[in-house]
Amino acid sequence: MDKILLIIQREYLTRVKKKSFLLATLLTPLGIAAFIVVASLIFGYESDESKRIVVIDESGVITGGIKDEASIKFSLSKKSLEDLKQEVRDEKFDAIVVIPAVKNLYSKDLQVLYYSEDGLTLDVESVVKNRVKDYVRDYKAAQLGLEEKSLDALSFSTSVEPEPIDEDGENASKMTGAIGAGIGTIMGFVMYLTIFIYGMMVMRSVQEEKTTRIVEVMISSVKPFQLMLGKIIGVGLVGLTQVLIWAALIPLVVVGLSFFFGLEAPSSSASADAMAAMDPEEAENMVLLAMTEIQNQNWWAIVPLFLIYFLGGYFLYASMFAAVGSAMGEDQGESQALTIPITIPVVLAIYIMFAVVQAPNSTLAMWSSQFPLFSPIVMPARLAFSPPIWEVALSVFILVVTSVFFVWLSARIYRTGILLYGKKIGFKELGKWMVRG
Amino acid sequence: MSLLKLDRVLKQYEKVTAVNNVSFEVPEGAIFGLLGPNGAGKTSIIRMITMITRPDEGDIYVAGKVVGRDDIGRIGYMPEERGLYKKMNVQDHLLYLARLKGLSKKDANAALDYWFDRFGIETWRKKNIEELSKGMQQKIQFIATVVHDPTLIILDEPFSGLDPINTNLIKDEIYELAQKGKQIVFSTHRMEQVEEICDYIVLINKGENVLEGWVKDIKNSFRENLFEVQVEGELPESLLSQYEQRDRTREGGYIVQLPEGKAGNALLKDLMDSGVVVTTFKEVLPSLNEIFIKHVGEYNPVLATA
Repeated sequence: MDKILLIIQREYLTRVKKKSFLLATLLTPLGIAAFIVVASLIFGYESDESKRIVVIDESGVITGGIKDEASIKFSLSKKSLEDLKQEVRDEKFDAIVVIPAVKNLYSKDLQVLYYSEDGLTLDVESVVKNRVKDYVRDYKAAQLGLEEKSLDALSFSTSVEPEPIDEDGENASKMTGAIGAGIGTIMGFVMYLTIFIYGMMVMRSVQEEKTTRIVEVMISSVKPFQLMLGKIIGVGLVGLTQVLIWAALIPLVVVGLSFFFGLEAPSSSASADAMAAMDPEEAENMVLLAMTEIQNQNWWAIVPLFLIYFLGGYFLYASMFAAVGSAMGEDQGESQALTIPITIPVVLAIYIMFAVVQAPNSTLAMWSSQFPLFSPIVMPARLAFSPPIWEVALSVFILVVTSVFFVWLSARIYRTGILLYGKKIGFKELGKWMVRG
Repeated sequence: MSLLKLDRVLKQYEKVTAVNNVSFEVPEGAIFGLLGPNGAGKTSIIRMITMITRPDEGDIYVAGKVVGRDDIGRIGYMPEERGLYKKMNVQDHLLYLARLKGLSKKDANAALDYWFDRFGIETWRKKNIEELSKGMQQKIQFIATVVHDPTLIILDEPFSGLDPINTNLIKDEIYELAQKGKQIVFSTHRMEQVEEICDYIVLINKGENVLEGWVKDIKNSFRENLFEVQVEGELPESLLSQYEQRDRTREGGYIVQLPEGKAGNALLKDLMDSGVVVTTFKEVLPSLNEIFIKHVGEYNPVLATA
């Protein structure tokens, strides 16, 4: 036991002390933050060229003037189209908009003409379209003798509010699905990344120990199993350290940067368009609802379960990676094929996970969260949807048993593999080592 | 008491018998040479002694009892293919290996101080392994092998890659350790080194023990009644015709084959009688190299493999 601790310590410290670890740990959040900031700058970018648009209103729908937009200056004109065209050529205006007369109040279509030397850009199109639509709507209402109030009554929204059957049932709201899917996707993805990054790290390290022959010195002091387990645990702790630092740093850096650039929090920028469409009170309600929804999640169950799945999944896959690393020779490419049976289930699991967050109670979700090669990625994605307790318990049980079994099985491959040189090893040999030991 | 003994040890890999019923016992205090051509089974034997693998049959005794996990701290092993963690510094690396052998932090540090001082490499402490030359790394590997003060020290080709100065340094350490009562197991292909260093050898070929004994006894048992004679001037024809001349040495000496049953004294008497001035007269014993090649070449074992 003492020796395993020494090995864990070395595996952990040599990695954590490396400059590359420090750089990756500190720069990744900065990189992500920089990306988010740049992305929100780009999305929030508004055209800085100001357009002057002159409007010919043949319909008479516009009463009073037209309000300017940040990048568009409107003006009304009674001049003829030909005169205005000349003025566009003389660069007094950039474009002419012609609103035709509304001939039939019941017509559902209205074509506005846009004359310009440049093409019609999306931002201008949407502004013109919305403005004209509002004017025409008001005009039609007035002509048809409809009251403003009645019109407003027609534009309403519907929402579906989930309610529990029993009094003490879970208090789901309409946000549950979206928030659950968000949390689930993030957790599944973190799982997927850690399994890959740190599993590969274990594999490369085992392979390196084998090719540099240090392994022979090592296992004249410790059992191969101790060396393997110590390495898996040590690297796992490195992963945990990194993920925890990231979890703390990323929000910090993002918030810090947002303040610095005077930006809105990035989470809101993504949905800024949707928000803009709602009235502010409703938007505020949504944010509040989302916040409560996130707080309402049973974090006391989700966090420990996430850790259990993290450990189970990591041990399961890292031990397989270790076994494969032990079978690898110095020729990287040749032995790369050995990793395929490990990568396929991981990649499949991430696809299943994306499907499962959409339908967390489907048969696919149920079965794949029991299958131990998928469950570490799929089940965490379901946790936010409160799956049945027995399902979680069974899945954890299967996962733990399987990962212990896989560690044991991998150790059998490992102890043979690390001592074998100069021979290309295929799946057949690996199988033999497992059985024979 | 013998520090190392193998009793009918058998090791099979799939269909190949790597070590077939090998037994030997190293006499106390003898520097022991484990010899054999490539693929003979030396490494397999060493791996079993160091408990990297287990024998399928038979027992290995270290200091009188069957070797077990408890003996790990009593064995030091320097494999032929050297390996150290390149990114670790010398001090951390040696401490790590010493502690894995069961030394406390304090004892390990004391042992380290001793060896750094002894080899005069105090300045290497904080250097990373990858910054060291091959020869320097070899020295570190040697220290790693003996830092926990093992009773049984197994050195596989310890001099490969070392310059003559460092070779002598390590050689002296080996003698000193042997004098302190440590059992040295020395494995090499270099027969002149065996002849120089080892007292007792076992020759392994195709997984079997084909020759075992004290180096001087083995050499004696392979004597061919050859003598080297060097005289001032040339040997008279009359004398030469009585004997079978085998060869000339580079210094102009004669290698003379005596017939079976005839002792060197007879030749010496003839020489004296002929009146030449004898400057050198000695029996030529076969080199271990010759014995090695003869044995390995002629030996034709009944293959254990089908």
